[in-house]
Amino acid sequence: MFQKIWDRHVVAEPEGQPPLLYIDLHLVHEVTSPQAFDGLRLAGRSVRRPELTVATVDHNVPTDLRPGPITDAIARNQIEALRRNCEDFEVRLYDIESPRQGIVHVIGPELGYTQPGKTIVCGDSHTSTHGAFGALAFGIGTSEVEHVLATQTLRQQRPATMEVRFEGELPLGVSAKDMILAAIGQMGVAGGVGHVLEYTGESIRGLDMDGRMTVCNMSIEAGARAGMIAPDETTFEWLEGRPFSPKGGEFQEAVNVWRGLSTDCDAEFDAEVEIDCAALEPYVSWGTNPGQSSKITGSVPELSDFEDAADQENAARALEYMGLVGGTPMQEIVIDRVFIGSCTNARLEDLRSAARVVRGRRAAPNVRAMVVPGSTAVKLQAEREGLDEVFKDAGFEWREAGCSMCLGMNPDILAPGERCASTSNRNFEGRQGKGGRTHLLSPAMAAAAGVAGRFVDIRDWDLGD
Amino acid sequence: MEPFVKLTGLAAPLDRANVDTDQIIPKQFLKRIERTGFGEFAFFDWRYLEEGVPDPSFTLNDERYRGASILIAGRNFGSGSSREHAPWALGEYGFRAIIAPSFGDIFRNNCMQNGMLPVELSAVEVDRLMARALREDGYRVTVDLESQTVTDGWGFCARFEIDPYRRDSLLQGLDDIGRTLELEEAIDRFEAGFLASTGSY
Repeated sequence: MFQKIWDRHVVAEPEGQPPLLYIDLHLVHEVTSPQAFDGLRLAGRSVRRPELTVATVDHNVPTDLRPGPITDAIARNQIEALRRNCEDFEVRLYDIESPRQGIVHVIGPELGYTQPGKTIVCGDSHTSTHGAFGALAFGIGTSEVEHVLATQTLRQQRPATMEVRFEGELPLGVSAKDMILAAIGQMGVAGGVGHVLEYTGESIRGLDMDGRMTVCNMSIEAGARAGMIAPDETTFEWLEGRPFSPKGGEFQEAVNVWRGLSTDCDAEFDAEVEIDCAALEPYVSWGTNPGQSSKITGSVPELSDFEDAADQENAARALEYMGLVGGTPMQEIVIDRVFIGSCTNARLEDLRSAARVVRGRRAAPNVRAMVVPGSTAVKLQAEREGLDEVFKDAGFEWREAGCSMCLGMNPDILAPGERCASTSNRNFEGRQGKGGRTHLLSPAMAAAAGVAGRFVDIRDWDLGD
Repeated sequence: MEPFVKLTGLAAPLDRANVDTDQIIPKQFLKRIERTGFGEFAFFDWRYLEEGVPDPSFTLNDERYRGASILIAGRNFGSGSSREHAPWALGEYGFRAIIAPSFGDIFRNNCMQNGMLPVELSAVEVDRLMARALREDGYRVTVDLESQTVTDGWGFCARFEIDPYRRDSLLQGLDDIGRTLELEEAIDRFEAGFLASTGSY
């Protein structure tokens, strides 16, 4: 699949130079684009294909009052710069008050811009999310953003390919988030460097699109360039009727083309990894990178569990930062905060699974819990289903759409020492606020932790289904 | 872009693996709309205790490394977020070359777009440089892009690999967009053919 998409998009391959790859869709947000637009201005260049470029504000928008003032002057400045840039360069912008605003990796698919076979880039490492549709999608830096704006192409050395095969059936109560946390734990945070991952196996086929996006989203946490899943009926059904999906007869034609993308049975990969689904459980991270996680029935590791000296040193540093002692059962770790949100886990199915857990229950008195939908459209649909009331009745805050506490660029941050059960993608030191302690886990597990005040095994709970 | 040909400079060690770009430049400093003004915030959470007091236990705060232009780092340096603010911050801090056993892919690209050279050596080689930078005062290293070597005055010599196109761009300080626009006709031709064959999807 990767090869088919790659080959179709090579514009030129001059001798001694990396291939020049055509980009079908360029997503833009406020944080990594202002310097790129300024670069265009300085050089007197224009945006080559504004109609293939789509912008929104997500990283530093507040998630409390809307419409409301953006009290952080520097953040406001950045948002205003994007408005000016989109106007000057004729780029479509879904601004803060648009019903289509949201996290760039949530709205791209939701609006039907993301489609199988496309090459998609964005100045954001979680662009890998879009690979869930069988697109080749990866994050780039600001200079490359400028390059794509000016030329609609990118110079890329052809990455290697790696199959990540999920063997066997997924046990009940184990989610897409657990699958990817397990995979990163097995591969390591640099295990995918230089590679495009392709996720295969029946358990991947069995995931809905929201679950597939969760898996592909975190490909970068294994160091990979991109992650992909071959498109199938689930994909086509999801895309039909989206605002920018092909319409009518054109949709059927498109599906015929998309079907041709599926991975050939005899496809060869440069590397292969196999994950045994039968051994999977809900996972919770204990350290300061996404590869440092443990099964919920397990414990925080002891330093003696690590053979490699560097791994041991890393773990020691992580445990100190996280304020954890080796050997502590995961289910004895008490939390202060819950964050349900981010481009990893703030889509409708994520909110539904969290709501199923909190329905009729209450957040623990020691916990402040926050739900931040991935897009305004997700928020509105969730409200139509009454999920907002379920959360509010349980004492969970119901917020406006944005990246929010995943990276804490807006006012939603942790205080030093606060411990957070988070559905986001990175548990790096200080990611959610200086001194904040992040544990990654699935939406259902985060919701349950919010109710219990500590990590619990969601499989032990009666959810009435 | 400023060309990178050969650099001899003081080497500073940062002996940690998986240093992610969130550590290199924390998110609260990403709101500037310029490419400058990030250096003073590099490694902010590690560099400072409360209220801007430098943390004496952080290696780069050691007086011995003041003015260093070469960073010796652990494996998987620059992993995580795609923020180009990371190389901007490191560059303004004073670094023009980073030597590590491996790098995050996006970070590596971002460095080379900014006249900064990421040098990949074997773990054994980096360990040797790291140990010397930690032990010796005024330890200087030479990174030569033309000969693709790293040397020191102590007999260390290692060769590194780099994409020839990137090497050429760095040596001559060439603008990537300018080089691509030389291929504009090919892009025009591709667009005409590609869009005709795929329609709107």
